[in-house]
Amino acid sequence: MDIKYLEKLANQGRIHILNQVYNAQSGHIGGAFSAMDIMVYLFFERMNYSKNNWDKPERDRFILSKGHASASLYSVFALKGLIDEEELSTFRKIDSRLQGHPSHKSLPYVEQSTGSLGQGLSFANGVALGLKLDKIDAHVYCLIGDGEINEGQIWEALMTSNKNSLDNLTVILDYNHLQIDGFIEDIKNPMPTPDRFKSFGFNVIEIDGHDFDDIKKGFDCCNDSIKPNFIIAHTVKGKGVSFMENKVGWHGSPPDKEQYEKAMKELKVD
Amino acid sequence: MTEKFSLRGHYGKLLTEAGRKYPNIVVLDADLAKSTKTEQFKKEFPGRFFDMGVAEADMMATAAGLASTGKNVFCSTFAIFGSGRAWDQVRNSIGYPGWPVKIIVTHGGISLGEDGASHQANEDIALMKVIPGMTVVVPSDIVMLEGLFNEIIDFDSYIYVRLPRIKLPVIHSRDTKFEIGKGIELKEGKDITIIASGSMVHKAYNTLRRFKSLDIDAGLIDMFTVKPLDRELLTRIAARTKGILVCEEHQMHGGLADS
Repeated sequence: MDIKYLEKLANQGRIHILNQVYNAQSGHIGGAFSAMDIMVYLFFERMNYSKNNWDKPERDRFILSKGHASASLYSVFALKGLIDEEELSTFRKIDSRLQGHPSHKSLPYVEQSTGSLGQGLSFANGVALGLKLDKIDAHVYCLIGDGEINEGQIWEALMTSNKNSLDNLTVILDYNHLQIDGFIEDIKNPMPTPDRFKSFGFNVIEIDGHDFDDIKKGFDCCNDSIKPNFIIAHTVKGKGVSFMENKVGWHGSPPDKEQYEKAMKELKVD
Repeated sequence: MTEKFSLRGHYGKLLTEAGRKYPNIVVLDADLAKSTKTEQFKKEFPGRFFDMGVAEADMMATAAGLASTGKNVFCSTFAIFGSGRAWDQVRNSIGYPGWPVKIIVTHGGISLGEDGASHQANEDIALMKVIPGMTVVVPSDIVMLEGLFNEIIDFDSYIYVRLPRIKLPVIHSRDTKFEIGKGIELKEGKDITIIASGSMVHKAYNTLRRFKSLDIDAGLIDMFTVKPLDRELLTRIAARTKGILVCEEHQMHGGLADS
């Protein structure tokens, strides 16, 4: 694993995110930045997913259940060469394939339309079940948000994963501690993690979601698991731009020109 | 007394037969397999049956995931839960991305009876009808259900089929050709035409003699596909009948009458 290369990709991904949200003057930067390193690792190091096999049954699947982080998904698609970089400028525009929340019908690389929170994990379970029925050795990755776990359906889905022993599933929690209205502990308080997820029958692993070495180690711990996997990725909302980090205001607000330039300056240093 | 037959019982039988023929059919239920009659499929194909528990929202989105791997997915629960409890999932996880999940619900309408109003789905047609691209079918007897079943199996989009709890007499003859989207004219009428769906078709049928005794020439259409509506048939009927009466087990807003 070439960590420098992955860091470079993640940085470029964050530049893509910033450009998309700035151009559209709407979109979700904070949660896209926090998920970026994990997604780069999955798409460039771990998953069997490429321009050549994206529509083959044998491909690994990535489902972005926290659909509002769509800009990160489109960035990865651009980095993978699935879409042209120029298309990123259509983000959130009418008739664009890059809808505000990912649309499977608009863009086939999007495994499932998400955005109404809590539903992507159930979908991921369905995919994992289907793959098992067909005895296809592919893995399903589902990224959920820590605000998203307020949704009851997440807990319904966790029971389904466990009941069906979906060892071909890895759920990743983007554990950045912030949701729209504030800190997760102050809104609905999903504590204690990781105990709750362990009690649901998962192989729970905690990682630093911004350290590629640690990310790799965490995912490697899922390789021989006989349980469904749950990775708690400790992340920082807005990671990569100092004035956006850990700030509740950067959930769904676009930067103005001055903020954009300041952020770009920080990201372009590398 | 006219013999009556259970549509949900027949659904369980047809589904199991289809399971023997098509290995890619999988069935999901939300802890109601005994009532929706998917239990028969469960017994014969336990590996292709998933009891999702009392979790309709989870069931619908899981169904979408299974459909994405090429499975022919049938989802069953009561009409009230399939349409209401899981509406967001049917809209966003099935309809919006376009996964061809077959939602076959039972216990639709007020005729569910004794369980009370909490369980009587009189809004489900409205809820499903407004989902873009959704097909809504309300069969009126077991002959129709059987006649439509192959089309339902092969249906390449998402569909909502509403069955009642109660048994219903047979209205249609065995040689009737059923096609989703095409209403069936059971009787022509110059003075008034009743357009009915589901359990109301046989009720309406029984009134035809009464109309005749009053010297009213009444017709009857079984409009079992509420969406897409058979506009061509409606246009023809409207041209030759003086009045139209709609009979359905649903509130007027959003139902067949409102189509």
